[in-house]
Amino acid sequence: MSDEIHLEKVSEVEWEIPMSGRMVVPARIFASERLLKDMKEDRCLEQSRNMATLRGAVKYVIALSDAHQGYGFPIGGVAAFGQDGVVSPGGVGYDINCGVRMLSTGIAVKDFMAKRSEVLREIFRTIPSGVGKGGREYSRDEIRHVMERGSEWAVERGLGTREDLDRTEEGGRMREADPRDVSERALDRGLPQLGTLGSGNHFLEVQSVDRILNPAVCARFGLDQRYVNLMIHCGSRGLGHQVASDYIKLMEREFGTADLPDRELVNAPIGSDEANRYISAMNCAVNFAFCNRQMIMHQVRQVLGKFFPGARVSLVYDVCHNVAKFENHEVDGRKMRLCVHRKGATRSFGPGRPEVPACYRDIGQPVIIPGSMGTASYVLAGTVKAGEMTFGSTAHGAGRVESRTQARRQITAEDVMRDLKRAGVEVSAFSKKGLVEEAPGVYKDIDEVVRVSHEAGIGSLVARLKPLAVMKG
Amino acid sequence: MSYEFLPHTADVKIRAKGPDLESVFMESAHALREAICGETRVSAVAGRTIEVEGCDTHALLYNFLEEFLYLLDAESFLLSRVTSLRIGKDLLAAEIEGDSAAKYEFSNSVKAVTYNDMKIEQSGDGWIAEFVLDV
Repeated sequence: MSDEIHLEKVSEVEWEIPMSGRMVVPARIFASERLLKDMKEDRCLEQSRNMATLRGAVKYVIALSDAHQGYGFPIGGVAAFGQDGVVSPGGVGYDINCGVRMLSTGIAVKDFMAKRSEVLREIFRTIPSGVGKGGREYSRDEIRHVMERGSEWAVERGLGTREDLDRTEEGGRMREADPRDVSERALDRGLPQLGTLGSGNHFLEVQSVDRILNPAVCARFGLDQRYVNLMIHCGSRGLGHQVASDYIKLMEREFGTADLPDRELVNAPIGSDEANRYISAMNCAVNFAFCNRQMIMHQVRQVLGKFFPGARVSLVYDVCHNVAKFENHEVDGRKMRLCVHRKGATRSFGPGRPEVPACYRDIGQPVIIPGSMGTASYVLAGTVKAGEMTFGSTAHGAGRVESRTQARRQITAEDVMRDLKRAGVEVSAFSKKGLVEEAPGVYKDIDEVVRVSHEAGIGSLVARLKPLAVMKG
Repeated sequence: MSYEFLPHTADVKIRAKGPDLESVFMESAHALREAICGETRVSAVAGRTIEVEGCDTHALLYNFLEEFLYLLDAESFLLSRVTSLRIGKDLLAAEIEGDSAAKYEFSNSVKAVTYNDMKIEQSGDGWIAEFVLDV
């Protein structure tokens, strides 16, 4: 366990693992005392220390307030590398561009509640989620175009608007994405899954605004207590998983793992052929996921349009949780171009950054933090301070505290349904096992996770949302 | 059952046991099947042969298990059981039986096999394998 790791307190919500041994930079942990206790239960502090041994890491590596043990890097981990540094697939995760988009609807809460069951049933019927029950069939060439063009591919086919692209991180399309860097196996896996929600911790949720924490920014983000909102949380499906696996294996073959404290930190030097191909393939998976969320949103618009004619369903924003990107950051007064790895972390760019859509550039980007199924979610705004402290990053969600096996032993699907019902949440789920493994109690306290972000200044609270209906794949 | 699920916060950790290396690989696949679809009984309707390569036993196990995720995603094939398995030099061949995934109600959360904490070793009279699935 991570009890033996020495931590120095920097503030009420920041701790540091000072440099020692093979660390090339310190590790900075964003957590309250309470969340830190959780972190000591698994290997995430040890993994943070291991992250800090990677060549070319800049300033410090970071574990955010929802951090927990992952593959090599902790989930909730951020690390940035200069040109002499590395790219590591474990620093992105298997579910490349697992992310979330949030919609505003202009549909009154009471109107939605009156039709809640039918709407949920129709969404469940329309959006494919289960295995082997994909939707339309696509050709291999179509999938290649999706990998190259991301959300643009969908919009060109009438499955969205240009405004949707403006309100997606990266405009819904990473540029350096060559489908030839993606294996046929990955393509095989992605082909039947385009447009599907997937399962595990992926879900679609209808919500209402429970608490307005920053009225001015709420209004700018289009969040209003009178109307329902929707979150769509999913990633790049089997395509991304295979890309991650392929490149982990490739990098192990080419570079080995003997000099690493943990095999899972396998990496390739920035600028190497392997690194470039991984980035290109990762970008293809990123684009696939953006397009996926765009297509699912389109389906949702169709369904909502059926029940609430005239409803204006808009995209608030779409953010990635698992990605590595080249970004400009200033570190100790020096302008640097860094490869920022965010694994289970959300970009949190503040006012003035050119990457933030024009409509939000004066206030900072929306940061969308879904709670686990059936619990509260949050919207924050990105901050300038995040740029200074965390390479413009903040937490992505609640993070697990209990394993799936434990959950299955202690909780039944009936328990979960009853608790959710009591909380006023209607659920449509594809399987009972999936419900149990995602029960709210197995996750950390999201209120505490976002409070720490706010107090640290890396994401400022805008609104708290509560679920009204959930669809789980 | 010759496998069990071990505690692990975010992912799924499995320990499989068998009298020899081949059987431990087979039980690992059966454990993966349970991680994918729970205790759903899957009919052995269709059979096929799979072959994977790997430079050592860890790589063989990784690639063998990954093949089931591939078959599930790409061909909607859900494993019922592994009926036979042979491990040669850098190569593994297995006969498997399963069914169309579309016929079953389950929700797969397994994203990948990983090398995290992977162990394949002799233990007492037999062999054990341990591995973690990313979910």
